Amino acid sequence: MLDWLDPLALARWQFGLTTLYHFLFVPLTIGMAFLVALLQTAWVRTAKLKYLHLTRLFGRIFLINFAMGVVTGIVQEFQFGMNWSDYSRFVGDVFGAPLAMEGLLAFFLEATFIGLWIFGWDKLPAKLHLASIWVVSISTMLSAYFILAANAFMQNPVGFTINEERGRAELTDIVAVLTNPVVLASFPHTIFASIMFAAVVVVAIAAYHLSRGQYDETMRTALRFGGVTNLVAFAGVALSGDQLSLVMVATQPMKMAAAEALYETAGPASFSIFSLGTPDGSSEVFSIRVPYLLSLLSTHTLTGEVEGINDLQAQYVEQFGPGDYTPIIWVTYWSFRWMIGLGSLAALISAVGLWLTRGGRTPAGWAWKVAIWAAPLPMIASLVGWIFTEMGRQPWLVFGLMKTEDGVSPNVTGLEVLISLVVFTVLYGALAVVEFRLIRRAAIEGPKEWEDHSDADDIDRSKLATVY
Amino acid sequence: MDLATLWFLIVGFFFIGYFVLDGFDFGVGMSLPFLGKDDTDRRQIINTIGPVWDLNETWLIVAGASLFAAFPYWYATLFSGFYLALLLILVALILRGVSFEYRHQGRSPEWSAAFDRMIVIGSAVPALLWGVAFANIVQGTPIDADGNFTGTLLTLLNPYGLLGGLTTLLLFFTHGVQFVALKTDGELRERARALASRAGIATIVVAAAFLTWTVLAHLDVAHAPLIAALAAGAAVALIGATLANRAGREGWAFGLSAATTLLAVATILAAMFPNVMPSTIDPAYSLTIENASSTEYTLQVMTWVAVFMIPLVLLYQGWTYWVFRKRVTRASIPVGAAH
Repeated sequence: MLDWLDPLALARWQFGLTTLYHFLFVPLTIGMAFLVALLQTAWVRTAKLKYLHLTRLFGRIFLINFAMGVVTGIVQEFQFGMNWSDYSRFVGDVFGAPLAMEGLLAFFLEATFIGLWIFGWDKLPAKLHLASIWVVSISTMLSAYFILAANAFMQNPVGFTINEERGRAELTDIVAVLTNPVVLASFPHTIFASIMFAAVVVVAIAAYHLSRGQYDETMRTALRFGGVTNLVAFAGVALSGDQLSLVMVATQPMKMAAAEALYETAGPASFSIFSLGTPDGSSEVFSIRVPYLLSLLSTHTLTGEVEGINDLQAQYVEQFGPGDYTPIIWVTYWSFRWMIGLGSLAALISAVGLWLTRGGRTPAGWAWKVAIWAAPLPMIASLVGWIFTEMGRQPWLVFGLMKTEDGVSPNVTGLEVLISLVVFTVLYGALAVVEFRLIRRAAIEGPKEWEDHSDADDIDRSKLATVY
Repeated sequence: MDLATLWFLIVGFFFIGYFVLDGFDFGVGMSLPFLGKDDTDRRQIINTIGPVWDLNETWLIVAGASLFAAFPYWYATLFSGFYLALLLILVALILRGVSFEYRHQGRSPEWSAAFDRMIVIGSAVPALLWGVAFANIVQGTPIDADGNFTGTLLTLLNPYGLLGGLTTLLLFFTHGVQFVALKTDGELRERARALASRAGIATIVVAAAFLTWTVLAHLDVAHAPLIAALAAGAAVALIGATLANRAGREGWAFGLSAATTLLAVATILAAMFPNVMPSTIDPAYSLTIENASSTEYTLQVMTWVAVFMIPLVLLYQGWTYWVFRKRVTRASIPVGAAH
């Protein structure tokens, strides 16, 4: 039975909830900024009006989404200190640096140039205005790098020493922190996943208009553009994900074993498609397996040995003392599968869609519906991916150094955390409804505002001005 | 000067930047019911900060992250200690930020009115609570041997804390109204100027009381003259801003109200020095620049980043303000919903 005023459980729920919610907006911001930058480049280069229409349409969706990313991001930064003050004291010397760099190098750029881009249509020369969306795009990626480097320290702490007297981790090598093998793999993984996320939204919106026979030329371009981008990004997600698995086996073998529900060390190891464990999570009852595949994923050899949960648990007890070092297996196992499955499904749908629309062909009505309903797939894949990464790290807050239960603020009461959890849940829920409706409406309206413009010479830049 | 002291100044600089910049955003937001007679007025007011409110707010994120990096113990104690106050600030900032973006997406007057109310609340709450928070930091709070705050939200609502909150509320209000006068035209501009004059008087009275209290409470420290000089500078700048406004010099008036905020926050920072969070339980438990800071190596790394980035940041942000230097005219607000 959950203790409703247990600060640890509530703080964990709050972090999980607010982080996942924040990550609904982040990937769309990263991905959409990049796609809008590409579309606007096409407009500036070719002066074809359809690219301007698409830039404006997806730029509008980007903006509706962007504000939510910003305001929910502040909560993230405050939350470390509010709910996890002992964690902040313990890692601040190491963990604070990438966060401050993120602010100084990335957030300032992003916030400044987003303002220039939104309100600068009629005030900046075309090329400078184009450059500002590229600065936004690059700075969103830069900020992702720093925050992922900070997260990588929690997965695989490097570049530090423990000061026993102060009871904290102290930074000794910033380069090591910023080139942590985990971030080198998780950064491209996150960026490509974000681009997939945005590309699938582009495809869905294009499919909606094409299914109604509107804006045919413009939307066909959008559909093909989104589909191709999605496939390229999927290749990036798969390759970087493969690299991330290798790093994970080396640095957090328990996470990989938990992802696979591999109880006993095996070599060669098979990949399980479906598995049921005993309720206490200590052994397997039933599974369907593909031989050799797990060895191949984890070690890039057919017969490489992959350590099992039971051996690792025994090993950690010896190393860190008595305790349970196993994450919740059904969570890691299923989140890992849903991440891969849904991401692959999104790519498959794009591939089929590109085939069906090749050479100007128009597919049957069901195909448009599939494309529209596929929009949330990469989003859900991203969310379960994060659930896997963070739940797979448990019981550690910083792997091998600090357990989650030791990081929570000792002086914040359960009631206070409960209040903030309820407030954020209600507020975020309400805003999600508004947000979804606004994006949906913008998507449905499409490039309507532009119907009366027939060619590029018709465009008066002062008419492009954005006004709140 | 050692690096920890340098970082006290850098973190102070980020907070000053935040209060000077987002301070006028708060004032602009709060001015809506006083200055906005119709929807066009209100849109004109909001558009004065349209391109910049986000970058202004980012100063808070940078200030917070720098606090985390340079003074993790300060960050941990402050943020866990002032829990509910910060929660209110966060909720307010969320409501304000999304309202700017959502307000003009609607189709009905009720929709706009609802988001206008959120902008007002979302601006007033942080304007008040930041003052309460910083006044309490200076005054000292119950901090135990482990560096944990042992009070509640009510601990913060003491006379000095509330006076600090009222000071920032009025200061930011006047600062923002002054900005509206500087950035709009026509009747709205005239109304903003008249309001800034009236609000200026109230601000002078309250701010003088707060600054005097702060100076008197720190007479026994070695650098008391510096605290008094900064407070006096803030008072002079504030009076100057009001006079300049009466004389119709909007640029000077705004510049001087920015200087007031700068000097008032500097007064607070000087008054807490060399502590960062004094303890009222036992001075031995106080967090100081020395015992709350990061290691020498971390501060060195961060110093390199700051030395390269701060000038660049100031340069491109200054350029942004230059790009949007023109007044937002009534004629520039289109009829009907915008995109």
